Amino acid sequence: MTRGEAGPTLVLVIAVGVLVATGVTLLLERSLTRILLGVILLGNGVNLLILLGGRSGAAPLVGTVPASAMSDALPQAMVLTAVVITFGLTAFLLAVAYRSWYLSGDDEVQDDLEDRQVVRLAERNEVSTADLGGEGPDNDPEQVDPEPALRRLRRRGEEQ
Amino acid sequence: MLVLLILHLVAALSAPLLVRRWGPRACLLLALAPAATFGWAVAHTGAVRAGGAVVETYPWVPELQLDVALRVTTLSWLMLLLVGGVGALVLVYSARYFHAGSVGLARFAAVLVAFAGAMVGLVVSDDLLLLYVFWELTTVFSYLLIGHSTERRSSRWAAAQALTVTTLGGLAMLVGFLLLGHHVGSYRWSVVTAAPLPGGGYLVVAVLLVLTGALAKSAVFPFTSWLPVAMAAPTPVSAYLHAAAMVKAGVFLVGLLGPALAPAGPWRPVTVVAGLVTLVAGGWAALRQTDLKLLLAYGTVSQLGLLTVVLGAGTPKAALAGVAMLLAHALFKAALFLVVGILDHSAGSRDLRDLSGVGRSAPVLATVAALAAASMAGVPPLLGFVAKEAVLGAFTGRPVVLAGLVVGSALTVAYSIRFLWGAFASRPGVEVTDVEPPPAAMLVPPALLAVAGFAAGPAAGWLGGLLRPYAELFGPVEEKLALWHGPTAALGLSAVVLAGGVVLHLVRGPLAPALTRLRAPVGGNQGYEWITHRFDRFAIEVTGATQRGALPQYLGTVLVVLVLVPGGAMLLTRPWRTGIAVWDNPTQLVVCVVIAVAALLAVGARRRLTAMLLVGVTGYGTAMMFVLYGAPDVALTQFLVETATIAVFVLVLRRLPERFSARPLRRSRWVRRGIGVAAGLVMAGLALAAAGARREPSVSAAFPDLAVAQGYGRNVVNVTLVDIRAWDTMGEIAVLVVTATGVASLIFERSRTGPRPRRPGPVRSRRDRRTVWLRGGATLHERRRSIVFEVVTRLIFHTVLLFSLFLLFSGHNSPGGGFSGGLVAGLALTVRYLAGGRYELAESAPVGAGTVLGAGLAVSVGSGALGLLLSGQVLESVKINLWLPLVGHFYLVTSLFFDIGVYLVVVGLVLDILRSLGAEVDRHVEAAGEPARGLAVQREGESS
Repeated sequence: MTRGEAGPTLVLVIAVGVLVATGVTLLLERSLTRILLGVILLGNGVNLLILLGGRSGAAPLVGTVPASAMSDALPQAMVLTAVVITFGLTAFLLAVAYRSWYLSGDDEVQDDLEDRQVVRLAERNEVSTADLGGEGPDNDPEQVDPEPALRRLRRRGEEQ
Repeated sequence: MLVLLILHLVAALSAPLLVRRWGPRACLLLALAPAATFGWAVAHTGAVRAGGAVVETYPWVPELQLDVALRVTTLSWLMLLLVGGVGALVLVYSARYFHAGSVGLARFAAVLVAFAGAMVGLVVSDDLLLLYVFWELTTVFSYLLIGHSTERRSSRWAAAQALTVTTLGGLAMLVGFLLLGHHVGSYRWSVVTAAPLPGGGYLVVAVLLVLTGALAKSAVFPFTSWLPVAMAAPTPVSAYLHAAAMVKAGVFLVGLLGPALAPAGPWRPVTVVAGLVTLVAGGWAALRQTDLKLLLAYGTVSQLGLLTVVLGAGTPKAALAGVAMLLAHALFKAALFLVVGILDHSAGSRDLRDLSGVGRSAPVLATVAALAAASMAGVPPLLGFVAKEAVLGAFTGRPVVLAGLVVGSALTVAYSIRFLWGAFASRPGVEVTDVEPPPAAMLVPPALLAVAGFAAGPAAGWLGGLLRPYAELFGPVEEKLALWHGPTAALGLSAVVLAGGVVLHLVRGPLAPALTRLRAPVGGNQGYEWITHRFDRFAIEVTGATQRGALPQYLGTVLVVLVLVPGGAMLLTRPWRTGIAVWDNPTQLVVCVVIAVAALLAVGARRRLTAMLLVGVTGYGTAMMFVLYGAPDVALTQFLVETATIAVFVLVLRRLPERFSARPLRRSRWVRRGIGVAAGLVMAGLALAAAGARREPSVSAAFPDLAVAQGYGRNVVNVTLVDIRAWDTMGEIAVLVVTATGVASLIFERSRTGPRPRRPGPVRSRRDRRTVWLRGGATLHERRRSIVFEVVTRLIFHTVLLFSLFLLFSGHNSPGGGFSGGLVAGLALTVRYLAGGRYELAESAPVGAGTVLGAGLAVSVGSGALGLLLSGQVLESVKINLWLPLVGHFYLVTSLFFDIGVYLVVVGLVLDILRSLGAEVDRHVEAAGEPARGLAVQREGESS
């Protein structure tokens, strides 16, 4: 076991890079299983990165080696909890994937329906249809009822 | 003054109760609140008459130097009279205007009183920020009042339009106030005006912004459109908000700030131009209306333009004329609105095309209306005449403005006549309208207002004395208000105005085509609609372009930002050190290659199982890296977690399709890979940069000593977890409990508590001597059953559990601890489940997962509390020395109990996962009638 006074070694940095790169690539997929695998890969890479924040050395057990030769315990404690949390997250996402399969027959993440509606409105050059219905001015004797903007602008467009 | 505000608040809060009890009559009681304002103002007449001020200050937010600073001078005194007096009369009127049981009456009454309170606050605020708060309160309350008929689209539209326009103006005004206050150093208006304002470009901007707010509130051009639309409000609201109170707030602000700001750059040009345009165009538009309420609304717009010109002019003469006009307008316009409300009730219409002969059947009403309209037209000897003549007299030196005023006033005369003619005249060809006699309670308020305008004319000299201190803010005042000044130019102009108005009314027939054609610039609502429509479209386009609803796109955006910002910064600064070792230990290279190959293959894998196993390999590789780095605890946990992850994955993958669905387009795949590579490079760069970034010694340098001295343990990592940073761990096990609950709630369709699955019936009779290795095993399908697996499981299960306890107890001094112990125990349960099925799981763990999780959390929290009891600090470790026969002396550390809690939580988590993703999914399979599939059963030909 060598003393890591010189900081991280190139090999470890490459391992972090590869894990993050592959994790991110999978994260951008649609299948929840792939996303989950991406999360795990990313998690491994980031855990390794956090560990690199402390120096390497002998196991931090007091009495076995002098304190100056020990590896840094603080990032290890952080990574240890992170590892277990990742396990919990994995189980949770798997449950989500199962639920998705159970309900829709696959585990793909679908597009948000309301967002797609807005996109369609934008393609058709329309506005949201909120509050354009209701009674006309004639049913409304005590009111000064302006015609809805959309209808009037359309009508004007037809007249031209 | 604070008493008045509190009184309004109390009245507003109690209004719903009062209305529920007494119906509309409760408004009579509520009218006492604005009446109190009126009375207060009357009582303090003496104090402001001599030019003094009534001041009250209460500390509010000292950190912002924001006090409730209240100050009443002549202008605010006048506004208090109007707000209180008209408010009280409108409430009295409302008591009859609304029927018993009207929908939303309780809300109406409460909001109207609250609005009156907000108006009081607005006019008495000395602090500009406080003024802004009340300003926006009036906006909000007016929104509720205009939108009184919530079921009507028009009403909601009008309310939203008023809110949008006035709030935008208000925000501009706030920025203006902040500019002013920042440069002067105080938001207290009396302080700001005490010394000359510091000049500079900011002043121009501030003046423009403040005027934007004031003009928007008063519906002056170019913000006119909301006021006619706001006539969707009930008539009492129109009378109060749109004649006497809210729209006057803008004019009031112009009057309040005028003494200090009028000399500043754009003030006079803006007020004069905007005011004159509004005056003329509003009057022109009023001539076109057939709806009497709309006619009055455009008339109000026109008059507000006039007030803006006069109060914005910033001369003593104009100021005196302006406040007189302010008073006169409130009196006649509120009265006229109330008259229209009565017409609406009694005659059933307020459209002049439907009305005929109303004057004959309702002479008192007609008289009241005639008095008010005459004051509006400026007929002597009413107050309107006095004010109008003062206005004309104040501008004799400025012919262009004067010409505009004369034209506008002539239009005012014309629409005043049109109002009276439309409402009360007998028209040939129109059926005489049936008019019910108006109730006295509704007739009294407008009558009082009209008579006040009538009586104030002859008393103009006395009135002028009261209003004089305001005009003196602009300089010495020579002019006096009077009914008769002698033959002056203003008198001649007044005559011209009256004659012109009459002529305009007489030629209304020939004028009609021009009226219908020439609508700009205040005729319609198109400007507002165009802007809101464009805005809506813009929002749709932006939302549509940025929020496509696709998860990969969102994540991609986040990651690209990660690459560009920290990555770009890194490229610019290059914070890493040169000269970096390739490896500490050649084994690292081997492990790195294994990790890299497995990770790359996992990206390309098409089968779920393959991808999962490859990812598992990277996990084990990472664990090896931990070992080589000197982190045995992390490595142990990582090994265990990786194993458990694979087991859990397999449980779910048996249900999902074997292969991933068809790969999407090639191009997007390369985009993903590009982002991935870039993110990987940035993270690698960060890893390098972080190594060189340390400047201070790590806090963990002291951990080894602390671990022994205060944590009584030699495994520094474990002591860190259970003592030094125990709060982190506490939070983490809480997360685990939540996760476990989440997993269960996603899988279980029913409660997961209740009786656990027991094997159906006895599978073994007592006479049967055959050894049964796992009791649940008999419930499995023959094809799934493996006797060897069952035997091995039976033999090692208890040993493994014992080992997990060893890890738990020895973890304080050597690698191990609650996390790894719990994972080992969880793996033992997993093996038991895999070998014997869900009944076996119930046999081996006859307690609910929730119970285990809860017990674990309780033990951890309890040990923290124990530390509190024994040493006075939560989660503090305490050493307890004990003695047992045979064992001898030994000690326990309280943090061991914390670790036992962690152990239980982890066991509970695994158990919950097995119950959900294992046993419950099994049940789903059986319920669906499919044969339960073994883990090793190949499912060729079944891919998606």
